[in-house]
Amino acid sequence: MPSSITSDIVKPPAPPRGGGFGGGGGGGSEGWGASRRASMTGLMVLLAATTMAFAAFTSAFVVRRGISNDWVATPLPRIVWANTAVLLVSSLLLELARRSLKSGRRTAFNRYWTAATLLGALFLLGQAVAWRELYAAGIFVATNPSSSFFYLLTAAHGLHILGGLTALVYVDVQALRLRLGPGKRTAVDVSAMFWHFVDGLWLFLMALFLVWG
Amino acid sequence: MSEPLAHAHHPPQGFIRKYVFSLDHKVIGIQYYFLALFSVLVGMSLSLLMRYHMVHPDAKVAWFAKLWPTAAQGGIMTPELYLSLMTMHGTIMVFFVLTTAPQSGFGNYFLPIQIGAEDMAFPVLNMLSFWTTFVALVVMVAAFFVQGGPPLSGWTGYPPLSAIGPLAGPGEGLGQTLWIVSIAIFCGASLMGAINFIATLIDLRCQGMSLMRLPLTCWTWFVTAILGLLGFAVLLAAGVLLILDRSAGTSFFVPGGLLVSDQILNHKGGSPLLWQHLFWFFGHPEVYIAILPGMGVTSQILSTFARKAVFGYRAMVYAILSIGFLGFMVWGHHMFMSGMSPYSAMAFSVLTMAIGVPSAIKTFNWIGTLWGGKIHFTTAMMFALGFVSLFVTGGLSGIFLGQPALDLYFHDTYFVVGHFHMIMGVAAIFGMFAGTFYWFPKMYGRMMNETLGKIHFYVTFVGVYCIFTPMHYLGIAGNPRRYSDFTNFDFLGKLLPVHNFMTQAAYGTAAIQILFFINLFWSMKYGKKAPMNPWNATTLEWTIPSPPPFDNFGGQHPVVNHGPYEYSVPGAARDFIMQTDPVDVAHVE
Repeated sequence: MPSSITSDIVKPPAPPRGGGFGGGGGGGSEGWGASRRASMTGLMVLLAATTMAFAAFTSAFVVRRGISNDWVATPLPRIVWANTAVLLVSSLLLELARRSLKSGRRTAFNRYWTAATLLGALFLLGQAVAWRELYAAGIFVATNPSSSFFYLLTAAHGLHILGGLTALVYVDVQALRLRLGPGKRTAVDVSAMFWHFVDGLWLFLMALFLVWG
Repeated sequence: MSEPLAHAHHPPQGFIRKYVFSLDHKVIGIQYYFLALFSVLVGMSLSLLMRYHMVHPDAKVAWFAKLWPTAAQGGIMTPELYLSLMTMHGTIMVFFVLTTAPQSGFGNYFLPIQIGAEDMAFPVLNMLSFWTTFVALVVMVAAFFVQGGPPLSGWTGYPPLSAIGPLAGPGEGLGQTLWIVSIAIFCGASLMGAINFIATLIDLRCQGMSLMRLPLTCWTWFVTAILGLLGFAVLLAAGVLLILDRSAGTSFFVPGGLLVSDQILNHKGGSPLLWQHLFWFFGHPEVYIAILPGMGVTSQILSTFARKAVFGYRAMVYAILSIGFLGFMVWGHHMFMSGMSPYSAMAFSVLTMAIGVPSAIKTFNWIGTLWGGKIHFTTAMMFALGFVSLFVTGGLSGIFLGQPALDLYFHDTYFVVGHFHMIMGVAAIFGMFAGTFYWFPKMYGRMMNETLGKIHFYVTFVGVYCIFTPMHYLGIAGNPRRYSDFTNFDFLGKLLPVHNFMTQAAYGTAAIQILFFINLFWSMKYGKKAPMNPWNATTLEWTIPSPPPFDNFGGQHPVVNHGPYEYSVPGAARDFIMQTDPVDVAHVE
């Protein structure tokens, strides 16, 4: 090769035969296969990051509770139980929606998915009501460490719910406008899985509040 | 998730789409590189100001007074100003230079190409991650210009100093808040980048590109992305807690009964140690994020210019994985002096020693790569060799620091400063220089000037050794770090000539970097035109034109038949076999 740094070339390379550059259709690394797999990997990676963030919060929670004597358990507003039920039902509805989609029942999918999205929004509203109940009881962010963590964790979780809700709404709008083709199947699955994760995360946080306060 | 590869079938049109909000990983890589280049200039200027002050603490400098009327009244730099400069130097260098250029700069540009993909898995997310990083930089630089100036709590931002607001000192008001917000934004950007790197590497490899055929650069970008994913998430959590302590009156990190500036603070029950644990749980993986890509680039370059396969490829991969894994378990070695139980200290110490093993394996394998090779001393090769040298030097002092009994003495002395500068401030930077000289022909279609490159290398290499080796001596002599003035203490005053020497070396080394900038920018326009494969290297980026077309492989899908470092294979026609060469060329698996 002219003007190359090393001069050990004897002759130019043979033209590619079996190897070298193939035409289209490589081993599943193009087209929808790769895009779906990549989206699933991306979701798993995102969930790993979220897990780490909440692990850090949980660790701070445990440490803070253990190191001082100013911890006063925050009374859980009653509506939080209703919110939990709402969230669980929304996950259930998402699963029913996905199954309907798999067996081609589009109308059922639309109904279930829309219902789940609305319940998701209802959860957020319910959380806001919970916060207001705490305000009314004179419990604010800085009142004591337990309340600090309650507000922090519900806010952080709420932000993730908001993100998940955005995805749910996107899919819902596409579905209702009859634009949910096979290419968007991945969006459905990824949104649902993220939602289930955030649901599970909420159950974990509830357990944390109930057991450790 | 955003639609991957949808853009890949037609090139972008228009200036904004092509160069500003580009979805092309190559453009984004260059954007990150230039962001890092700007940041390194800022960081280097700050360090020169620091070094000047350390040898002339009482000097009156007219333009100090103009720039900082309160913090440098009469032109004399106050200790608070010094600490602010030090804080921003560390922060900008670690985050905006060492975390961006090696990973997001070169990684973004070359990971998709080296695995045979058209682009990253999520191009829109990629674009967002760069612009988010940009916003983070803007917010960070803004801290220089607000009331009170930048924070003075160090790049480590320890509370209570960083948590109690303006009472703690100038810059601890809005400056500190902006710092935390900037870091939080940066965390978000890094998480976005990590998602892209991991998904791309796992799912978009072309046919034949098995994991054990990946170039070592790809392995390091992969493990670095995982470290970033898990580490930055924790930093984000810590940052949120710190902001709450500052603005919402919570007490995560601030204990009760603090008397600061004659005021009793309202907080109670928090623990500064909690911050330290959370921060260093991120902070230690962060330094591996800074160094791993440089190691990958070094392996790549040593192999190319010794015309030999990387010695012990499999061991190198396991070493990278081990460094990544162990990197999460050693954070306590930054906290040996925090009052921890000696048993905890012992555990962290053993793990810290253990991490020296894969690092040593890599070093021996680099030497093994060179041994018996036909070495071509290009500038890229010189910087890669320099990396090995500096990595060993910097790494050796780490072994001392990893012993709690010795760290008892060395902690918060210049010994630590010498250690991390050698390994981050120099070795990692050399990795970036090496990568620049190696890949510039591919990125810009032109060669960089070798003469300028060699001069720049030699002066920088000697210069950095002159700057940072004496710091080990200073540490042993008991010179504390983060002091703005040594002249008040007899035993420190005697060390001033050493500081003087280091300062002079710093001026010279900084000055010679001008050569690099000249070389870089001049060569972009006027460098000799580069062929497709100027180094006769084997990996996939050398099979495409220089610079590459917008979709990398021109619509083709490469098929890989060989490992990444098949140099000087016995029986082969040439001394290198490209990864895409046909199977029937003699090869070793």
